[in-house]
Amino acid sequence: MSTSTTPAELNVRPAVSSPLLDIRNVAKRFGNNVVLRDISLQVAQGEFLTILGESGSGKTTLLRIIAGFESATSGELWIGGKRLDQLPPYRRPVNTVFQHYALFPHLTVEQNVGYGLQVSKLPAAEVSTRVEQALARVKMTAHAKSKPSKISGGQQQRVALARALVNHPQLLLLDEPLSALDANLRRQMQVELKSLQREVGISFVFVTHDQEEAMVMSDRIALLRMGQLEQVATPREIYDRPATTYTAQFIGHTNLLRGEVRGGIVRCNSLSWKTELPDGLVSFSLRPEKVRPAGSATTTGAVRLRGKVRHQAFHGATELLQIECGDGLTFFVRTTNRGDWRGDEEFEFLPAAAVPVRESAERN
Amino acid sequence: MFSRAYKAAVTVPPLLWVTVFLLLPYLLMFCYSFWSVSPLQTILHTWTHANYDKLVTTPVYWQTLLRSMWIALRVTLFSLVLGYPLAYFLSFYAGTRKDLFYQLVIIPLWVSYLVRAYAWKTILGSDGVLNTLLQYVHLTQQPLEFLLYSPFAVVLTLTHIYTPFTFLPIYASLEHIPRNLVEASHDLGASPIQTFWRVIFPLSIPGVLAGATFAFVLSLGDFLAPQLLGGPSGIMISNIVVTLFGAAYDWPLGAAISFCMLVLVVGLLFVSERLEKRWSFS
Repeated sequence: MSTSTTPAELNVRPAVSSPLLDIRNVAKRFGNNVVLRDISLQVAQGEFLTILGESGSGKTTLLRIIAGFESATSGELWIGGKRLDQLPPYRRPVNTVFQHYALFPHLTVEQNVGYGLQVSKLPAAEVSTRVEQALARVKMTAHAKSKPSKISGGQQQRVALARALVNHPQLLLLDEPLSALDANLRRQMQVELKSLQREVGISFVFVTHDQEEAMVMSDRIALLRMGQLEQVATPREIYDRPATTYTAQFIGHTNLLRGEVRGGIVRCNSLSWKTELPDGLVSFSLRPEKVRPAGSATTTGAVRLRGKVRHQAFHGATELLQIECGDGLTFFVRTTNRGDWRGDEEFEFLPAAAVPVRESAERN
Repeated sequence: MFSRAYKAAVTVPPLLWVTVFLLLPYLLMFCYSFWSVSPLQTILHTWTHANYDKLVTTPVYWQTLLRSMWIALRVTLFSLVLGYPLAYFLSFYAGTRKDLFYQLVIIPLWVSYLVRAYAWKTILGSDGVLNTLLQYVHLTQQPLEFLLYSPFAVVLTLTHIYTPFTFLPIYASLEHIPRNLVEASHDLGASPIQTFWRVIFPLSIPGVLAGATFAFVLSLGDFLAPQLLGGPSGIMISNIVVTLFGAAYDWPLGAAISFCMLVLVVGLLFVSERLEKRWSFS
């Protein structure tokens, strides 16, 4: 399992020596059903970490364990050097933005945002100043006196965010907060959320099933599969160097090539190229954009393949072609060249573009 | 969308039913309340407001009405005090045994009202279960006389009978509270007690109002419990109505009292519905 590399690559503030949140060997069982197995994960101060996974991967359970709504069957949680998992949810220095916002319907926007400050018995003057600031930050001042049912989904989203952030949590948990919004608003909120996070400098743990959303927003992605971490890395690394076949397929499109290395030569069906990998069975992930239509002159060291264009999907800026080679191999090729792709075409890729990946464990 | 004939077929029978069995009898009652009885015990169909005058000027009528309201109010409070915690426990803490407990609350409703009232008679009487026990353990020397044939007995019995009616709407409103609101409250630092008073209770107010209305209206109009267990001091307004329509043979006065009760209850239902709307947020 590969983890993060240098801060420059991470594109985050310099990492603090000790992590803010430390999840140590957390496991969760509901009866005989194992939902999480042995999760260890750290979140740095000011980091935007996304827990990405399909439904049933255990991502929401992990978030609820951090928030305190579920308790782990085994393992420990530490925050800022203090034990977290033995505290009830209302004593934890974390706040949550819920999937369906969970705004209190009987309270106004203002009262919703001030709720956390009020229950902690802060002076009224301070409550109202902080509520005002929080509402201004999410541009909801105009709706301060409205009931949640009178404002739109996107606005409710902002209120939920303000309600959590106004308490200055050490860590903000977000449970698929954008899933209820339509596509355009969703993209807009992704940008807003990300810049808000940079502004306030609070660590975010964001749960989603949407890999694109994860790529756009995160400093690091923790990919969860069947209750286990598949890979934890920056979006760039997880895309360029996926550790496993599952990661390679879940994040973006890919071509999975399975072959064998013998004496420094890889053989995948009819294709072959030189490698430094040791002898044995091997799998590669080859991104469709790394395969190019071959010109008349072969690029030095490039692997050539020849095949029929079976299918062609227009995506706007690019096209995704499905190529069928004679030997049973099917390739996806992403190209910016538009044209009439009929009949046999020649394509090529550089051996370095084929990233060796581990085979993921089979599904049950 | 639907044909005129279909709409008529669906709406006319219930309308007819309501008119024939509800509105017309009320109208008749309303008319009766302005008629009078001749010395020869026949109904005189001449209009007079003498019945209403009598209601205001005869202390026993409005005093009994006030007492009935006081009894009904106490029943309401006690049923809320018993029904709310029960509903709260069931909704939030009963877990998988929820359905079982729910049935246990409902089952008494299947037992006849009379049986339950008589059961209290056996318990509270001077040779009853309670007095025998108290004397057996030497807590009292003589049987406690206030237990039976008193407003106390009526309040106790009516509370027992109507608590399920307050429980049900409260339980329903608690069940409708999205559990993520409770989690959100905890998440924002509110302790369980703060969460109850700031989130759960306000959101259950419609149920509380509906339950309180049930208990108040049903016990206000009750005449069996006071008749069986009330004694002379526990008489309620409906007992007077029963007498007026029966032995006393003064239907016009009975109708006048009934009409006042009707106005009172409808007014109460109206207010309670307005309040419920104000407190519901779904």
